[in-house]
Amino acid sequence: MTAGARRHPRRTDADQGTWTGVALRLAAVAALVAAWQVGTLLAADPVFWPTAEVIAVRLWEMWIANPTAWVEDGMPSLARLLGGWLAAALAGVAIGTAVGLLPWLSHVLEPVMAFLRSIPPPALLPPFIVLLGIGDGMKVALILFGAVWPVVLNAADGVANVDPTTRDAARAFRLSIADILTRVVLPAAAPRILAGLRVSLSIAVILMVISELYAATDGIGFRLVQAQRGFRTVDVWATVVLLGLIGYALNGLLAVLEARLLRGQRARTGGTR
Amino acid sequence: MDGASTLTRALRGAAGIALLLALWELTARSGLVNAASLPAATGTLAAAAGMLTDAGFLQGVAETLAAWALGLGVAALIAIPLGVAAGSIAPVRHAVNATVELLRPIPSVALIPAAILLLGRDLDMKVALAAYASAWPILINAIYGVGEVDPVSRETARVFGFGRLGMLWRVILPAALPLIVTGVRIAAGFALIVAISSELLAGGGGIGGWMLERSQPGVPREQLYAGIVLTGLLGLAINAGLRLGEARLFPWRPQARVAA
Amino acid sequence: MNEPLLAVERLTVIYPGRAQPALADVSFSVREGELVSLVGPSGSGKTTLLRCVAGLRPPSAGAVRLAGRVIDDVPPDLAMVFQDYGRSLFPWLSVHHNVELPLRRLRLPAAERRDRVTAALSEVGLADAARQYPWQLSGGMQQRVAIARAIAYRARLLLMDEPFASVDAQTRADLQDTALEVWRAHGSTILFVTHDIDEAIYLADRVIVLSPPPGTVRAAIAVDLPRPRDQIETRGLPRFAELRTEVARLIRRA
Repeated sequence: MTAGARRHPRRTDADQGTWTGVALRLAAVAALVAAWQVGTLLAADPVFWPTAEVIAVRLWEMWIANPTAWVEDGMPSLARLLGGWLAAALAGVAIGTAVGLLPWLSHVLEPVMAFLRSIPPPALLPPFIVLLGIGDGMKVALILFGAVWPVVLNAADGVANVDPTTRDAARAFRLSIADILTRVVLPAAAPRILAGLRVSLSIAVILMVISELYAATDGIGFRLVQAQRGFRTVDVWATVVLLGLIGYALNGLLAVLEARLLRGQRARTGGTR
Repeated sequence: MDGASTLTRALRGAAGIALLLALWELTARSGLVNAASLPAATGTLAAAAGMLTDAGFLQGVAETLAAWALGLGVAALIAIPLGVAAGSIAPVRHAVNATVELLRPIPSVALIPAAILLLGRDLDMKVALAAYASAWPILINAIYGVGEVDPVSRETARVFGFGRLGMLWRVILPAALPLIVTGVRIAAGFALIVAISSELLAGGGGIGGWMLERSQPGVPREQLYAGIVLTGLLGLAINAGLRLGEARLFPWRPQARVAA
Repeated sequence: MNEPLLAVERLTVIYPGRAQPALADVSFSVREGELVSLVGPSGSGKTTLLRCVAGLRPPSAGAVRLAGRVIDDVPPDLAMVFQDYGRSLFPWLSVHHNVELPLRRLRLPAAERRDRVTAALSEVGLADAARQYPWQLSGGMQQRVAIARAIAYRARLLLMDEPFASVDAQTRADLQDTALEVWRAHGSTILFVTHDIDEAIYLADRVIVLSPPPGTVRAAIAVDLPRPRDQIETRGLPRFAELRTEVARLIRRA
């Protein structure tokens, strides 16, 4: 739920962007896959520990080359995920900005929010189902509830820490509140907000999966739990790999988006940050 | 932010809590929501008070906490040495970074079905999953913490003649420890999420199992919501305790500004 | 007595990827018991030079000898006071343990370690702060801890890298006098890097002037001011003014 590491942008190794770095990483990936292959061959237990090759083939058949599965299960999962995450992003920025600008409001909401974000979100599944049923609304609500906190906290912190000179300058030019918000405060807080969105995305994926595992009639998580109940271990592993690929792709997309947005910002503010 | 006194802040915070409870009470009593789905705040809090001495619920809490603590401990035992090694030795760092990049996107809860198949529905399964989920933040923070050790600190130790081992023990570990402990605090949250998730899915024991029983049709809902309230307070207590521990252990670190 | 304690011989340092060397053909020596200041404009490679002397950085050409031995790694009997006191003291150790840390490496018995730490701390006027932590002290006091650490270590050669650059003027004057007292009491040898011309002259037996980059030795000036020095009297001497004009001219002449 928390993201202390976020405060410290991960230091990239000097050689990580270079060709040697890329080669080293590819080699490590290959080594990992090879280790699984060798380990499972030695274990000789194809029921529980299928080889990398078997899993890859099943991943291809079951998901990647299977449009029906995408339409019936992939799309619903992604829709819930993105719906919940976007809702969390909007709500989080709105609440966070208000809390960051108004100290009294932050005092009022602090204890309440501290309590709410301490509830492990999966524990909310039973009451949410009682309240909202097992449909998409419940799943989106659960994702919203769990993924909103990193955005709220980062937006509030980013907004509260906008350089006072920047704020004063904006006020000296008698900009309207709306202009101050959209042209000064939010852009200045953007790096923190984006960092919060990254953390909240990984929480959203977790909650999408757990809500579908727990109660659903379609979705990737639903397929996963069906495979488990039917003792189809290969399907289980293939779906786990699929979820990993989805998480990886979403993180990559967000990183690209972040780089674009922040580059624009740096150009605007003259690269002072 | 510091314009208001501690008393004012406390009063405002209390007002916020009162507001939340009043809103809850009104919603439940107004009939907007089916009374069978959402019990009133008063009834829920009374149930929560009763559960504090309820043997069944307390046993569930103890089971969850046992899995949580074991998982976190196993993760720390593996991830801290590995992270320190990766932070200090470039080839190990490349290998570990690649592994992290590859495995971390897999949502930990997606492994619950596999773990149920492989390990059954016992404590082992919960511990293994909690350990898996909490290893990542600890590992990443350990690598990062070692990388962040101040070069002046390292040079100071070198000038006074410390070798690799002395440097590791006297400088690198103490300097990286605050970030490692922050990693453990982050991991603690994930471990709790995963432990409760696996209880909900495997249908056995712990807080998750207890909630599962209380969500069955025909069971009064007060205890279910009271369980949420108490779980939230438990999470709050764990987090506050770890933060306090950090502040006590590493008083030279500026207080983490936000609890992100 | 004839062989200098420290000999820097045609030292050259070239940073990879940069055309101009940071140091070019630098030679000078420091006798046992001497206090030598090294001044130069910023970018003249003062810190690089000190890092070579400390064995923290290998030279591209030339050599540094300590008591006749070529330095290729951090030599034993050498201590250093860094400019960045906030980062060279360990925040997780109390003042006492910060000073004691290098002594543990020397495997001294506990009683002797304690005695040395206590003596060094009272020498810099911090006997009462032993149980405090660095981050609880002012910048000037932190730098005193770093000096105490060097004293307790009893190194033959003490390197000081702009140690008083980031404290206020009054504290700087106090610290300069502390450094002089320590030097006199222990008969130590000090190489003191600074960009402050007054400070260089006030402290030293000799001032070595480095040129703007690439750093070379422009001149070595003997400071013939009487000792003990005094912040007001010494700085008021006509000779002091002459020396500072001379050094300033040397630095400025590009």
